[in-house]
Amino acid sequence: MSSIVRAPEPARASFVNDPRVRGIAYQVVLVVVVVGLIWMAATNAIENLRAAKIASGFGFLDSTSGFDVSQTLIPYSASSTYGRAFLVGLLNTLLVAAIGVVLATILGFLIGIARLSSNWIVARAATVYVEVIRNLPLLLQLLFWYIAVLRSLPEPRNSVTVGTSFFLNNRGLFMPKPVLAEDVWMVGAALVAGVAAALVYAVRAHRRQAATGQPSPVIRATLGLVLGLPLLVWAALALATTNPISFDFPLKGTFNLRGGMQVFPELVALTLGLTIYTAAFIAEIVRAGILAVSRGQTEASHALGLRQGQTLRLVVIPQAMRVIIPPLTSQYLNLTKNSSLAVVIGYPDLVQVFMGTVLNQTGQAIECVAITMAVYLTISIATASFMNWYNARKALVER
Amino acid sequence: MTSKFATLALGLAVGLAGIGLGASGASAQATLNNIKQKGFLQCGSNTGLAGFGVPDAQGNWTGLDVDYCRAVAAAIFNDPTKARFTPLAAKDRFTALQSGEVDVLIRNTTWTMSRDTALGLTFTGVNYYDGQGFMVRKKLGVASAKELNGASICTQQGTTTELNLADYFRANNMKYEVVAFATSDETFKAYDTGRCDAFTTDASGLYSERLRASAPDDHIVLPEIISKEPLGPAVRKGDAQWADVVKWTHNVLLTAEELGVTKANVDQMLKSDNPEIKRLLGVEGSFGESIGLTKDWAVRIIKGVGNYGEIFDRNVGEGSRLKIKRGLNALWNKGGLQFAAPIR
Repeated sequence: MSSIVRAPEPARASFVNDPRVRGIAYQVVLVVVVVGLIWMAATNAIENLRAAKIASGFGFLDSTSGFDVSQTLIPYSASSTYGRAFLVGLLNTLLVAAIGVVLATILGFLIGIARLSSNWIVARAATVYVEVIRNLPLLLQLLFWYIAVLRSLPEPRNSVTVGTSFFLNNRGLFMPKPVLAEDVWMVGAALVAGVAAALVYAVRAHRRQAATGQPSPVIRATLGLVLGLPLLVWAALALATTNPISFDFPLKGTFNLRGGMQVFPELVALTLGLTIYTAAFIAEIVRAGILAVSRGQTEASHALGLRQGQTLRLVVIPQAMRVIIPPLTSQYLNLTKNSSLAVVIGYPDLVQVFMGTVLNQTGQAIECVAITMAVYLTISIATASFMNWYNARKALVER
Repeated sequence: MTSKFATLALGLAVGLAGIGLGASGASAQATLNNIKQKGFLQCGSNTGLAGFGVPDAQGNWTGLDVDYCRAVAAAIFNDPTKARFTPLAAKDRFTALQSGEVDVLIRNTTWTMSRDTALGLTFTGVNYYDGQGFMVRKKLGVASAKELNGASICTQQGTTTELNLADYFRANNMKYEVVAFATSDETFKAYDTGRCDAFTTDASGLYSERLRASAPDDHIVLPEIISKEPLGPAVRKGDAQWADVVKWTHNVLLTAEELGVTKANVDQMLKSDNPEIKRLLGVEGSFGESIGLTKDWAVRIIKGVGNYGEIFDRNVGEGSRLKIKRGLNALWNKGGLQFAAPIR
């Protein structure tokens, strides 16, 4: 028996008045209500669909689609399934989003920097670009580019010929399509090896410069390794056995060119529209980021003898990136989601193929809309997570 | 604290009530009563197809499908202007009907088995027998659809056209490039701009769209008809009474033409001795009442829009710019397919 006498516990307030218990109780009630509402909505929808004799479920993804799509990155025909059509649309969306993000970033950075140029004409031109482009609805711009692209290009019979095997007309750009032989893997392996070697060289050069202050010709070495090595292997293979990469050239047909590789005008118009529109916003973000870096940084860099370009590349932009990355992420997400406007110019993206044709042929609106929303959500969350990771790397390290 | 619980309970109640209402609204059996209550008929129509459903600059709708909608409105309200129109793109039309946004879909829609069975729709008849054709530029020198190997073809997505096209080229072992757009407007504009070698839709649509081309005489319609397209009105499945109203309005229009009852002579015809006319116009029997309407429902329809022949003539036939021959759409006793179920 312990001789220590414990102080009597303070009189417990009523169980109902305990803030912790109450807090938990509210949360439980909320979860039950939310889950209940979702469950009721779902069962209600299923019952109503059954009552209205509308087919439901995801079985339709295995049925034959029966329609064709012009631009397919994977083999697809009218005898493929709806699930395959979904993949075709998804890949087309990812294609235009990827090209758009890269081009819009490059163009946006150029315009943003140009707006801050000391050259009056360059700065004004960039200002006019930003103000005109970001103040016009994207839909109008897409239609403009589509009609502009189509009207300014000749008919197939009067194609513009570049060299002997590049053709341009209002059905698109036609170019030779590489046909790969079996031993092409050696060229691929050489490319991988070249990239790896270039990375190692760049890291070494960076360390060397940090240690001794002597710069190395990184760009030239990278070009040599990444391009030169695969070309060498290719040439060696071509001389030793047969050419591992041959080309399928476009040839004139009755209506249009046949064979080769075709870039459709819908893709060009959509990429142009999305790039030019998003670049205007990125330009403003870049300008804001650069202006956020104090002027003293530039002056100090000049005082150290760095040239204007080096100052921008090595001192200003790395610091500006901390301000730029978060809003830039939003622009990437916007671009991806805006690509769904493809439907007005006939580009077969996910919305056009899946929410348009597939939804209409199967009549399964709820399933198609749900899948499409899930896809956009996944793409957006993936992009956002990557950019957040990148942002965390670039953020100021606080100690 | 009590007030918080009260708020929560209220929120819950409202939420549940909302879901409950949604359930009762979606499975309603009484479309006709709803329409009578709200005082007008909501029709799903084309976004703009001359001859079938197109609004003018003042927003007045004209067309064969539009007149069918007016006929149903006249049967219910004795006033053909009690019809309102919701323009629908091909890919949106079934969702609009399923969700109850429109009461009836009369929008040059092909009657197919999958649509009739899996989409929760009921087709009530065929108001226009059509088939799919192609239009090309004259200067291409193409005389037959069989010569279209390698062509790019503009079409509207979410249509039977899109599927027939794939079937036809597959069956004839030909290649093509399809460019699909959401609305007929965008589709034709792309063809007219030169994006495609050929434009395809129902033959009636080809003649109608050609009028919109920058130079209509530069285009020809190829002779092949590659499909059967029975176009007709559709309603939601599960309301037999409402399906009957739309179905028998169609039969009244055909029967009236067959018996020679027109917008102009319908009042004199009320005195006719012909028993068929007496039954049609409600002088004998009470057929209108059996579907929830009045005895004189047919008189209302014919006074409102005329008979099938009159509707055809002023919208797509000789009295219109389209000048389409009756062809398959002539009455059965004049070499066509239009054959009404008798009203008796």
